[in-house]
Amino acid sequence: MKSKPPSATPLSRTLAAVFRRELRIAFRQQSDMLNPVLFFLMVVTMMPLGISPQASILSELAPGLLWVIALLACLLSLDGLFRSDYEDGTLEQCMLSTQPLYFIVLVKVLVHWLTTGLPLTLVAPLLGVLLSLPVDGFVPLWLSLLIGTATLSFVGAIGAALTVSLRKGGLLLSLIIMPLYVPVLIFGASTVRYAVDGVGYNSTLAVLGGFFALALVLAPLAIAGALRMSVEE
Amino acid sequence: MLIQSSIQSPIQSPGHPPLLSFKQVACRRDSRTLFAGIDYAIHAGDIVQITGPNGIGKTTLLRAIMGLMPDYDGEIYWQGQPVDNARYDFTRELLFIGHLTGVKKSLTPRENLQFLANLQGRVSLSEIDDALAQVGLYGYEDMLGDQLSAGQYRRVALARLYLNHTLVWILDEPYTALDIEAVASLEALFVAHAKQGGCVIFTSHQAPSIAELKVLALTDFQSQPLWNEGNYEK
Repeated sequence: MKSKPPSATPLSRTLAAVFRRELRIAFRQQSDMLNPVLFFLMVVTMMPLGISPQASILSELAPGLLWVIALLACLLSLDGLFRSDYEDGTLEQCMLSTQPLYFIVLVKVLVHWLTTGLPLTLVAPLLGVLLSLPVDGFVPLWLSLLIGTATLSFVGAIGAALTVSLRKGGLLLSLIIMPLYVPVLIFGASTVRYAVDGVGYNSTLAVLGGFFALALVLAPLAIAGALRMSVEE
Repeated sequence: MLIQSSIQSPIQSPGHPPLLSFKQVACRRDSRTLFAGIDYAIHAGDIVQITGPNGIGKTTLLRAIMGLMPDYDGEIYWQGQPVDNARYDFTRELLFIGHLTGVKKSLTPRENLQFLANLQGRVSLSEIDDALAQVGLYGYEDMLGDQLSAGQYRRVALARLYLNHTLVWILDEPYTALDIEAVASLEALFVAHAKQGGCVIFTSHQAPSIAELKVLALTDFQSQPLWNEGNYEK
């Protein structure tokens, strides 16, 4: 017999390898990474031109607008999440790994958030200025987007996994994901609105946190299952 | 010498169950039966080529073995146990290189190997560079995938064979896009792996020049119409 494998790879090592690889790929394909941020930036800058440059009107709309546009920007980035891994056989290899797919998927989605959701969150306060968001709204906007976009990445990845084997899955993906995004949008936007209105926003932020915790734990299960289905057909 | 004999002895010894065995394995796709009634055993030290015309289900059989196609009839055993019960033990000993190799164009050969190898076992950077040198990619370690030719691209995946400690190698069309020299060294690697007690299962349309080759021709397992079954006597 051939010598035994030198002891199984520790999970952390595999996950570190997945993490490094995903980050590398993201940074090599910068246009994919910058696309959502650019979309966010462009749409927000057009808002004053399209609606009205008056601060009073804009500040009224700002919480909702910022959240809706951030959400659409997230949606924009989802389609390719698993597509290339599916097409070049990486997913098969991940499934034939001795490591659980759950954690591999978890790391993949985390990197997706780091390269799309996090940049969106970071530029959001700047765009808040463009839409004359009242000062009280900045911290809640930042916090709610930080938690919210992470939830959006996890939930959206379920849709991306379900539609990965379809050549034109974009439309279906939006249809599957949109209803799931609605609660996040409601609580995200109202967090900012409450803060602007001077009401406590901790409760809505806590609900967002709850969504995130649920998505973090459960979404990878659904994603791994959906990917398995797509590869096994 | 002692080590030598202990390495050699388990091969083909009657007490050992075969690494992989099939019992009445059948696959159908959209109500069309691809193949049926495969009874076959693959022992340590075997090199098995699965042959048959396009569309007969070579890849499907490979996927059934690996559990990527759970929808098959019959039983597949890994070292005497039903493979579904021994999935973890089996995957630990499995290396698969498919049509789609899992090699990314936006990564360099070194980065690709680092990832693929870490999915299965622990490898160091110097081992990776050695493996790349073995497949003739010395000097190409840091080039992006788009700068490599189709054959070189393929070799990145095959370099995993040099890094690997698993028993079972399953390869789908490994000769695709390889030049004559690479094919020869690949065959030599197969033989060496089989000598060490592993087994190699691969599909190909070419006739490899391996002396110990066993052929599993899927054309022998085409399903008989039901009403013929009574006449089937030998």
